[in-house]
Amino acid sequence: MSLLWLRFALGCYFIGLIYAFVALSRTSDLFARIALHAASLGMVFHFVSLVEVFVSGQFVWASVHNGESLLAFISMCFFMIIYAIYQTTSPGVVVFPVVFFLTFVAAVDQQPVLLTAFVQRRGWLIAHIILIFTGYAALVLSFGASLLYLLQERRLKSKKPTSLISFLPALEVIDQIGYRSLLLGFPFMTLGLLTGSVVALTTYGRVDFLDPKILLSVLMWAVYMVMVFTRWNSGWRGRRAAILASFAFVAALAAWAANYFSTIHRFVS
Amino acid sequence: MRYQLIGLNHKSAPLQIREKLAIPESRLPDTCRELTAYPGIEEGMVISTCNRVEVVTHTVNGSADLRGFLHDHFHLTPQELDAHLYEFREKDAVRHIFRVAASLDSMVVGEAQILGQVKEAYATARAVGAVRGQLDQLFSRAFAVAKRVRTETAVGSSSVSIASVAVELAKKIFGTLQGKNVFIVGAGKMSELAARHLMAHGCASIFVANRTYERAIGLAQKFNGQAIKFEDLYSTCDRADIVITSTGAPHAIFRREHGEQFLARRKNRPMFFIDIAVPRDVSPDMAKLDGIFAYDIDDLQQAVTSHVADRRKEAERAEQIIASEVEKFEARAHTLDVVPTIVSLQDHLETIRQAEIDRVRGRMGQLTPEQEIAVEALTRGIINKVMHTPITTLKTAAKESEATTVVDVVRRLFNLQVKAKDGAAEAAAKKDEVGIRH
Repeated sequence: MSLLWLRFALGCYFIGLIYAFVALSRTSDLFARIALHAASLGMVFHFVSLVEVFVSGQFVWASVHNGESLLAFISMCFFMIIYAIYQTTSPGVVVFPVVFFLTFVAAVDQQPVLLTAFVQRRGWLIAHIILIFTGYAALVLSFGASLLYLLQERRLKSKKPTSLISFLPALEVIDQIGYRSLLLGFPFMTLGLLTGSVVALTTYGRVDFLDPKILLSVLMWAVYMVMVFTRWNSGWRGRRAAILASFAFVAALAAWAANYFSTIHRFVS
Repeated sequence: MRYQLIGLNHKSAPLQIREKLAIPESRLPDTCRELTAYPGIEEGMVISTCNRVEVVTHTVNGSADLRGFLHDHFHLTPQELDAHLYEFREKDAVRHIFRVAASLDSMVVGEAQILGQVKEAYATARAVGAVRGQLDQLFSRAFAVAKRVRTETAVGSSSVSIASVAVELAKKIFGTLQGKNVFIVGAGKMSELAARHLMAHGCASIFVANRTYERAIGLAQKFNGQAIKFEDLYSTCDRADIVITSTGAPHAIFRREHGEQFLARRKNRPMFFIDIAVPRDVSPDMAKLDGIFAYDIDDLQQAVTSHVADRRKEAERAEQIIASEVEKFEARAHTLDVVPTIVSLQDHLETIRQAEIDRVRGRMGQLTPEQEIAVEALTRGIINKVMHTPITTLKTAAKESEATTVVDVVRRLFNLQVKAKDGAAEAAAKKDEVGIRH
């Protein structure tokens, strides 16, 4: 049943996905409104799906698909918060495709895939997952914002008269969205990694720094920190910030992919 | 729908003629009174702005000598005036008023001022009793149509002057202009205007630098700003988010190295340069820097031109809205025309019915309650059946152009006087013997 709700949500997000593609080429307030409503409806279905799995007792915190579903939901929450503050749907251009992809893989197949190792501290594990995912969602958003910033900067620089009518919010607004998500995401990511280490320590008794998962996670965190620092210290934005954000995003993807070849952080059927 | 309108505007008449017809606000009430006192005019109002003078009326029988009114009122001969006048009646007058209120007939299409001016003229005429039922309907509808055009099309949304384009661009960069600082380099008329626009949109403070320091002080005082010595330009310029530059320098005064300095000191917060100098003050090299947005006079002009083109496109959409609204208004006006006729027809037949029942009751003596009900139902049924077709025909005709003819025929056949309900009843009573007998 929860899978059915999730698939309903997927249908709604699909409208958002189409919006993301359309919005890049032309401005349509009506479509933006439709996408927003569809996304809200999708979130309701999504929430029901999450609650249902949780209540049924089948919720496996460390399953890949539940994780993906949760990450998609948190990303949507971020999107809605931004909409509430800035009244703009343009971050959807990046958020919708990511959310659609995550929900899609989660909705196609929901075989519970478990962490191999026996975890002793379940509470810490749950904290680790929620914190890390919030960090991830913030990262996705700041990555999205930096792409939009580039796009808007190019439009304004091209001096085409159309640069005045665009679906994008003002440059400084995009910048603020990116910076605030970055600032918000950083502590979550840091705490997420710390709680992860606690779980690993209590489970294995030691932390293997050469394990690809840990190596890549640390790398991702380092890039994240460099981003926050350069922004705070010398106000890096635009192209340089976008390059850093893409780097962090790739590192995050790599850290996630490491689940498939890490010895301590692996999911198998 | 006996509307009649005469007037002239910026397209039909040169300024020297428009000047002669302009009516000062203080004299508007008297003009309205004079207008309604003129033969053949039921209601009237006058719209007088710098671009147009229009006399809008609802006439007694569909035609009034409005030209004569203008000649008399302004003491002008037909030779002087008539060539510049346009005149519209009925549907065309309605369309014209809708277009004027929606700012489609304006010199700058979409400018918002005209609606306010029409509203004032309407209020003035209404206050002196020159506008009543008919013009009231027309203008309330015109205001609604103007609002619809404004919300459904972008005809009034884009601005058309260089200064306002600069403000829009600044908003695209900074979002809000609240708290932003403006730097004027080279005191000129254009930069002053742009600065005024920016300040009106919330910019916080202004700096002025000029080769002649005294002029800088003069301009700074106007805006409550701060004058800067020209040699301190580079060391202070980074304090501004928006720089309006218009010096007469033969070469660029802002070069790449300056841009880099500014950005470093500003921690890369973006800067917007409005370069209205020819030759340009901002070097193309500097304009390429990330975080520097420089628009020269040609870029701004291009944005203005494209706005005008956009407006034209939107204006076409607005014209479609107006066309459909005129149709609706006409249909409604006709429907309203037939309503009094229907009412008086009903009254007329009801009076006949009552009279006939009373007459027959005398002959039949006392009726039982059941019989009373039966007679009541019988007569009412007959009346309803007889009235059904004429009423349907009237209602259908109301939507078409033949409405007046049909209404006239029905009124004549039943000898209806529709002015007031009492009148109709009276007429019905008089024509008692013509009643339908069964």
